[in-house]
Amino acid sequence: MAYTVTTRTRASSIAGIIALALIAFGLVLPAFASRSLIQDLFFILTMLTLAQLWNLIAGFGGMVSVGQQAFVGIGAYAMFAGVILMGWDPVPAILLGGLAAFLLAIPMAFFAFRLTGAYFAIGTWVIAEVTRLLIAQWKTLGGGTGTSLPREATSDIMGVGAIASLFDLRDAAARDVLAYWLALALAVGTMAAIYALLRSRTGLALAAVRDNDNAARSVGVDAARVKWLVFLSAATMTGLVGALIYVQTARISPDAAFSVTNWTAYVIFIAVIGGIGRLEGPIIGVLVFWGLQTAFADYGSWYLLALGLLAIATMLFAPRGLWGLIADRWGIALFPVQRRLIFEGA
Amino acid sequence: MIWIDVLVQGILLGGLYALFAAGLSLVFGIMRLVNLAHGDLIVFAAFAILLITGSTGLHPFLAALLAAPLMFAAGWALQRFVLNRVMGKDILPPLLITFGLSVALQNGMLEIFSADSQRLAAGPLESASIDLGPVTVGTMPLLTFASAVLVIFALNRIFYTTALGRAFRAVSDDPTTASLMGINPKSVFAIATGLAMVIVTIAALYLGMRSNFDPSIGPARLIYAFEAVIIGGLGSLWGTLLGGAIIGVAQTIGAQLNPEWQILAGHLAFLAVLLIRPRGLFPRAVD
Repeated sequence: MAYTVTTRTRASSIAGIIALALIAFGLVLPAFASRSLIQDLFFILTMLTLAQLWNLIAGFGGMVSVGQQAFVGIGAYAMFAGVILMGWDPVPAILLGGLAAFLLAIPMAFFAFRLTGAYFAIGTWVIAEVTRLLIAQWKTLGGGTGTSLPREATSDIMGVGAIASLFDLRDAAARDVLAYWLALALAVGTMAAIYALLRSRTGLALAAVRDNDNAARSVGVDAARVKWLVFLSAATMTGLVGALIYVQTARISPDAAFSVTNWTAYVIFIAVIGGIGRLEGPIIGVLVFWGLQTAFADYGSWYLLALGLLAIATMLFAPRGLWGLIADRWGIALFPVQRRLIFEGA
Repeated sequence: MIWIDVLVQGILLGGLYALFAAGLSLVFGIMRLVNLAHGDLIVFAAFAILLITGSTGLHPFLAALLAAPLMFAAGWALQRFVLNRVMGKDILPPLLITFGLSVALQNGMLEIFSADSQRLAAGPLESASIDLGPVTVGTMPLLTFASAVLVIFALNRIFYTTALGRAFRAVSDDPTTASLMGINPKSVFAIATGLAMVIVTIAALYLGMRSNFDPSIGPARLIYAFEAVIIGGLGSLWGTLLGGAIIGVAQTIGAQLNPEWQILAGHLAFLAVLLIRPRGLFPRAVD
C-alpha cells in the first residue's frame, strides 16, 4: 500500500494563509497606525521572538536555560561597541550583536552541557552573571553605570530619512517604524526557521533527544551535535533581538541589559502561560502578557507577584498552557509538527 | 602574613555559603529537585526572624528558634500541596514552579517590607573578635562556620543512623520500591523540604546578623549555594562544606586584589572546578 508521511492539516493550511496575510498587513501598518501602537507592537514582537527562542531550546530541546539574558546583554553591548568604538551605523551593528552572542554561546555551552537538568538551568544563570560582571568592568562603555548611544549615531540611522519622507513623520517616529519593521522581520524569520527546523530530520532528532537521550542515541541520533546546533542558533538570534531592542532604547546599563527578570523571567512566563513545546504557545502567551502588562503594570511589584502565581497555577492545573487547553478541546494545531501516516486510496 | 588572614577569612565566609547550600543539597539528594526559590526563602526567613525580634524584643538566636518550626511548616506545606503534584520524570514543571515562586516571593517581600536594607541586631557579638596568634577572627564568622559544621554533622547523623534517614535514602534510591516497603515517598519528601527550611532559617539567622539584607538579594544566595553544591559533588554534604570554603576563599582573594572582583572571583573558581572535575570533588549521587 502506498503511503506518505505528512504534517499538514486543513487547519494548518488555513493558518498559513492567515499568517501570510497578517505579515503583509504588518508591513503596511505603519502607513496608518499611531506611534504608540507601533511601539507596543515592537515590544510584542521582540518578546515573542525571545519567547519562541527560549521555547525552542527548553520546550523542544529540553534545555531549560535561565541564562538567556546573557545573550540579550552581550548582543546589546556588542551593538553599542560597534557604534561607539568603531563608528558603525546602529542597524548593521545589530549583526555584531548576533556574532557576539554566538561567540559567547560556545564557551557557555561547553560549561553548561556538563550539567544536566535543573543544574543546567542554574549553570547558565551563573555564566550570565559572570558575563554581566565582566561587562561592568568595561569602562569605555560606561562600566557599571552604563552609557547612551551618541546623538550623531541615532540622528542619522540609515533608512530613517527615507521612512520619514515616505510616511511624512518626524525622525523619532520614523526610527520607531524602522525598529518595528526589523522586529517584524526577526519575529517572522525566527518562527519560520523554527518551524522549518522542527519539520526537518533535525527537528525529529531534537524531539527524540528531549524525550530520551539514550534511546535517541541508540537509533543513531548524534545528540550532542543536535543540542549544540540548536543552542548556538537560539543564542545568535537572541543576541540579534537584544541588539535591536537596545537600538530602540538607545541607553544601556549592565543591570538592565543582563536583567534576569526582563529577558528570562518574562520570557519563561510567556512560554509557560501560552504553552511550552508548541509554536502557538508563545503567540497566545505574549498577547496575554501584553494585556496584563498594559492593564496592571502600574501596580509594580503586586503585578509581578501575580504573574509569578499565575505561572505556578498554570504549571499545576494546565501544564501545557492555554494553547494546550485549546488543542485538547478542539484538536487544532496551526503549526503542526506531528508526523502522520496517510495511506493512499485507503 | 596578609594572605594567611585572607585564607582564614575566606574559609570562615565559606561556612555561611555552606549553610546556604546544605538545604539545597539535602533536597536535591533526596528528590533530585532544585528549588530556584531557595535564595528567596533564605531572605524570607531572615524577615521572619526580624519580625519576631521586632515584636517580642528577643535576641535573634531565640527568634530563630521560634521561626524554625514556622519555616518547617511552610516547607512541608509547599512540598505537600504544590511540589508533590508535579514530581516525576519531567524536571520542567517543578523547576518552573519554583522559578515562579522566586519571582512571587521577591515581589511580595518588596511590597510588604519595602526595598530598605535591614539587619538583625546581635548586640556586642557583632563586633567581638578572638585573637588566634597570627590572625584575629571575628566571633560571628567563627560561630557561622561552627554552625555549618554542626548542621552538616547533624544531617549526616540523621541520614545514616535514624529511621527517617533510612527512609530518605530509600526514596532517594527508588521511590517505587520504597513505597512497597511501607514508606510513603510523598510524606518523606514533605519532611525533607521542611527540614531544609529549618536549615534555611539557620542560614538566614547568620545572613541577617552579618550583613544587610533586602528582598532583592535572594537569587545571588541561590547561586552561591548552587556553586558550593556542585564543587563539592552532588550528594556529598561534607563536599558542600568544602565547596563553600572554596567559593569563600576565592572571593576574599578576589576582593584583596580589587574590591570589584570579589563576586567574579567566586564564580570563576566555580567554572574552573567545573572544567577540571565536572562531577565535583566528591561526587556521590549517580545522576
